[in-house]
Amino acid sequence: MDTSSPREAPAVRIRGLRKQYARVAAVDGIDLDIPHGETFALLGPNGAGKSTTIEILEGYRLRTAGEVSVLGVDPARGGLDWKSRLGIVLQSGTESGAMTVREQLAHFAGLYPRSRDVDEVVAAVGLEEKARTRVAKLSGGQRRRLDVALGIIGQPELLFLDEPTTGFDPEARREFWDLIRSLKRDGTTILLTTHYLDEAEQLGDRAGIIIGGKLVDVGRVHELGGAEARVPIVRWTDPDGTPRESRTERPAEFVASVARDCGGEPADLEVIRPSLEDIYLDLVRASGAEIIDTEEALA
Amino acid sequence: MSTTDLTTVAGTAAGTRRPGRLALGGSRIGYEVRSYFRSPDAVFFTFLFPFIMLGIFTAAFSSAGDIQPAPGMEGVSVGAYYLPGLLAAGMLLSGVQNLAIDIAIEKSDGTLKRLGGTPLSPVSYFIGKIGQVFVTGVLQAALLLVAAATLFGIALPTEPEKWATFAWVFVLGVGTSALLGIALSSVPRSGKSAAAVVIPILLVLQFISGVYLQFYQLPEWMQNVASLFPLKWMAQGMRAVFLPEDFAVLEQNGAWDLGWVAVALLAWLVIGLVLSRLTFRWIRRDA
Repeated sequence: MDTSSPREAPAVRIRGLRKQYARVAAVDGIDLDIPHGETFALLGPNGAGKSTTIEILEGYRLRTAGEVSVLGVDPARGGLDWKSRLGIVLQSGTESGAMTVREQLAHFAGLYPRSRDVDEVVAAVGLEEKARTRVAKLSGGQRRRLDVALGIIGQPELLFLDEPTTGFDPEARREFWDLIRSLKRDGTTILLTTHYLDEAEQLGDRAGIIIGGKLVDVGRVHELGGAEARVPIVRWTDPDGTPRESRTERPAEFVASVARDCGGEPADLEVIRPSLEDIYLDLVRASGAEIIDTEEALA
Repeated sequence: MSTTDLTTVAGTAAGTRRPGRLALGGSRIGYEVRSYFRSPDAVFFTFLFPFIMLGIFTAAFSSAGDIQPAPGMEGVSVGAYYLPGLLAAGMLLSGVQNLAIDIAIEKSDGTLKRLGGTPLSPVSYFIGKIGQVFVTGVLQAALLLVAAATLFGIALPTEPEKWATFAWVFVLGVGTSALLGIALSSVPRSGKSAAAVVIPILLVLQFISGVYLQFYQLPEWMQNVASLFPLKWMAQGMRAVFLPEDFAVLEQNGAWDLGWVAVALLAWLVIGLVLSRLTFRWIRRDA
């Protein structure tokens, strides 16, 4: 357990985290600090270890090795006071839901020492019209909004969001992002896993990419992959029909020289600045074919 | 979703305290009772079931004549004879059947995992479940007794001692059933299989413990087997309350043996407490 004052220590501190299932290492030596107030996005393919990592931090799973501190507490020994400072949005549940949206939120609000106003949270996730509807009658996307509402009702210092916008339509996702930004302004630390790279770009102060249980890159979202990975790419087709590609820091100069060599306008010319998605996919490809789906490996 | 900012409540972690376990347990009881009465399965197969069975027994055997403890002695109607057994069955269903299935489903559908991530103590959760069993069990017994007296013309005892016996047998029986239900909920491997695992066990128990079959007519070995489980003792305690004194001769020892009823139910209460304490988990950690 961290003995220093919680404000000086990072909200989340991970050193040498490992989680071993039978023959598979689902998490294979992760080090990470998330300072207070930061929104950190954890990216990676299915089965890369994102959910295992986040569930260890939430106290749901026990680690095989390494040190973990969440708000200054070891999650394997986190008590009720510790839990009252967390907000957890798990991957989708399928609860029977005999309660109405408002009843469910009011009940959960009562579990925390300083919860948010129920009606305000209902409004913030856009469920005002469904407030008196039973949970069982909600659509998938509405249920997900309720999941998020239940995660923030206790006014958490640290919010875990495990693939929060799966099943949202594009508009609902934008509204959800606004909600997360408002939580961020309040100083909430947020740890998010997502499949959507635009979501990480929109929300994350920093992001990490997990592949095969290892954190292959961590950094500010716009610096992931390093400067080299972001060098613009120029593509064109030579007059003899050969497709060409070159990377350069000075694309305008380079294109001019290509034009000169071709003796005119080069065919199929494009200048590309790699997006987060390109960089991410390059990293996943570079890691080879050993991306194992943990769930499948265990089955 | 709207873009309105959420207000931060002024209170800080240092200034506000977590709600107490008992207070939260109380709020859980209200929540659990409400969700119980909103699920048609629970209401039909657990809450109304003994009432429906009493109606069937009364109607089916209305012309069968009275059941007498011995030839020439004063008897009671078939409905009146079955009332104590069905009260005991109601306690068993409200406790064991209801909770064993309910908690197994909550475990597999993510309800418990969600609760396990909140500052809700398992103690408060248990208070909610056991409280729900008591509230629904009391309402169920009241419904059965009122229906017996009004619809089915069954005379209820008037002596206060009888009702005092009823009270302690009921409280012990329901408490034991609730705890055994929590313990049994860890047996089914999934929520889907819960009903298939739990209901047959309880059905067999009801047949050998004097709920659907007249206990004194069962072979002795079956009576002995039934004596190992709590339902037989609940039914015996209830017969002591609702049947005339003369019927005591039909019991295994020719007496109501209320002392043994108390011992057996207390023993099972302790077993239920220990088992539920040992087996309950919010989630199967790393299973």
